[in-house]
Amino acid sequence: MRVAENLNAALAALLAREPNLYLLGEDVVDPYGGAFKITRGLSTGFPDRVLSTPISENAVTGLAAGLALSGDLAIVEIMFGDFAALAFDQLLNFASKSVSMYGSRLPMRMVVRCPVGGGRGYGPTHSQSPQKHFVGIPNLALYELSPFHDNLAVFEEMFARAEPCVFFEDKVLYTRRMGAVEPPFSVEVSGGVARVSLGGPPDCVVIAPGGVAHRALAAMRSLLVEEEIAGTLLVPSRLYPFDLPDVFDADVRAARRVFVVEESTAGGTWGAEVAHVVHRRHWGRLALPVTLIHSLGGVIPTAAHLERAALVNESTIHSAIRETIRG
Amino acid sequence: MTRPVTAEPAVFPAEADGPDDADLSLMLMIRAFELKLLDLFGRGLLNGTTHTCLGQEYIPVAMEALLDPGDHVFSNHRGHGHYLARFRDPAGLLAEIMGREGAVCAGVGGSQHIRRDRFLSTGVQGESLPVAAGVALHLKRAEPGRLACVYIGDGTFGEGAVYEAFNIASLWALPLLVVVENNGIAQSTPTSRHLAGSIAGRAAAFGIDHHLVESSDVTEIRRTLDPLVSRVRSRSTPLVVEFVTRRLGPHSKGDDTRPAPAVQALREQDWYARCAAACSGRFPRLDAEARAHIDAVAAEVTARGPSRWEGTRWEGP
Repeated sequence: MRVAENLNAALAALLAREPNLYLLGEDVVDPYGGAFKITRGLSTGFPDRVLSTPISENAVTGLAAGLALSGDLAIVEIMFGDFAALAFDQLLNFASKSVSMYGSRLPMRMVVRCPVGGGRGYGPTHSQSPQKHFVGIPNLALYELSPFHDNLAVFEEMFARAEPCVFFEDKVLYTRRMGAVEPPFSVEVSGGVARVSLGGPPDCVVIAPGGVAHRALAAMRSLLVEEEIAGTLLVPSRLYPFDLPDVFDADVRAARRVFVVEESTAGGTWGAEVAHVVHRRHWGRLALPVTLIHSLGGVIPTAAHLERAALVNESTIHSAIRETIRG
Repeated sequence: MTRPVTAEPAVFPAEADGPDDADLSLMLMIRAFELKLLDLFGRGLLNGTTHTCLGQEYIPVAMEALLDPGDHVFSNHRGHGHYLARFRDPAGLLAEIMGREGAVCAGVGGSQHIRRDRFLSTGVQGESLPVAAGVALHLKRAEPGRLACVYIGDGTFGEGAVYEAFNIASLWALPLLVVVENNGIAQSTPTSRHLAGSIAGRAAAFGIDHHLVESSDVTEIRRTLDPLVSRVRSRSTPLVVEFVTRRLGPHSKGDDTRPAPAVQALREQDWYARCAAACSGRFPRLDAEARAHIDAVAAEVTARGPSRWEGTRWEGP
């Protein structure tokens, strides 16, 4: 099953199960079914709760907050995650704050879905990975689409938090297959973290969210073949608040080298937050500080050759890990 | 005042001698509360900031009689009158503003961020309109006949969120009642310097009915608005009610740059002066009672211990 199909099926299952769930966004109704076709069929099945909206990210996110305030559930599709900037006030100052600023905990069940990332030539304002701009906001949890995490379970977890969540979906994942890992690697999912490993003790641990997991895995494969560097990949479903999985302890004791990969451009990255968590818990066990691997600083260009040069990919991940380990 | 959703149109008697005792007492209580806040600030007894609604007290008093407890009310930074007209709870509000025991929101929200039952205020201009539209969307499906009422000011019309919400409320026929308290000034900037065209014109652009209220006579206001508000419920359609009103006090505390004669001219148009003249027999007594009530509340709340907040568990690092 393709990732897009899994996500679409999860949304359909939720709409069928939760009579108070709304899905709002630009161009989400049939026959268009959303810019990336993730909502295809949903408005046909649930015409009064799957609503196409005007181009008004601020108001649509506010509508979702109003529904959540009334005890409903709401999912917002932001057509391109870059446009979540237009919804930032509602997320930062209203939806997340409302959970705690009125003195007692107020449940706010809403998820803002954001297709993100480059690699498709959409240019500087349609290609960003804006996750880092949302890190550190109290009562705003961040999740990322992953081929290893069933989306129905992820959405159930997000709604169970009863606080606003932003769900980042790397666009290049939509057409990939769910859960596929080629031998000698194998994958196990536990506690919201997928662990892709070779079985034995690793030489390095790579932490990467869903959108770059396949690129990190491709680099790990070439590192194994060409350099005999064995890596373990950890793919967390939840980016923030970030928790290290229990299994990380054994991996970091063996490897002593940790890398964080993400597509974000340089500066104030999610990886810096992850590194801080790893350093606080494992500083004495590390051979060297956590290495951050991400795209170059600057805007994301449109032309294919320029975009390729800017974004993190299999070969930049490979080189960064090889140079760090081999020197 | 509680009114069932399906009530017949209410009968509001003419206000020949000013508002009735209950309305007048409520307006005077809000006035006394706001004056007390400025007094407490002046004496260094309050933390942070506050925005008083001096001159605008009659608006929520008039509106509350048209609302049902099942309606949602969204307030703003200048929201004490909205809260007091709905709950008549000066002690809970003052405790919130002072961070004392019994605070409505444990002292976390303070003057501008209050939630109680279906009342909620926020401190960012325009932010509440889309949220209120979302609540109206919920009500239309789950509780038809109820509405979301949101108070905004003339200055709020500078925010794009207002128009995004107007557009959706009109397109989707949402029971959204927008009460504009146009006091002619946004912090220090007069309306003529921050608002092109008119509020009526902006409502018309979205096909939303607009009604202008220039009176401060609560009975007359209710009589005029009652059928219009009923239509918001029965037809599920948005409405903008614009009050031409006056802000007698500073924006927050001691930051009024208007010339004294201009403020004095506003005082002469104030409901307080008008009611004092119209109800000369009972006005001094009711005013003294309101002030004494607020004095006692302030003394009692000031003596309370600090508010306690357990916080919300956040599993951040």
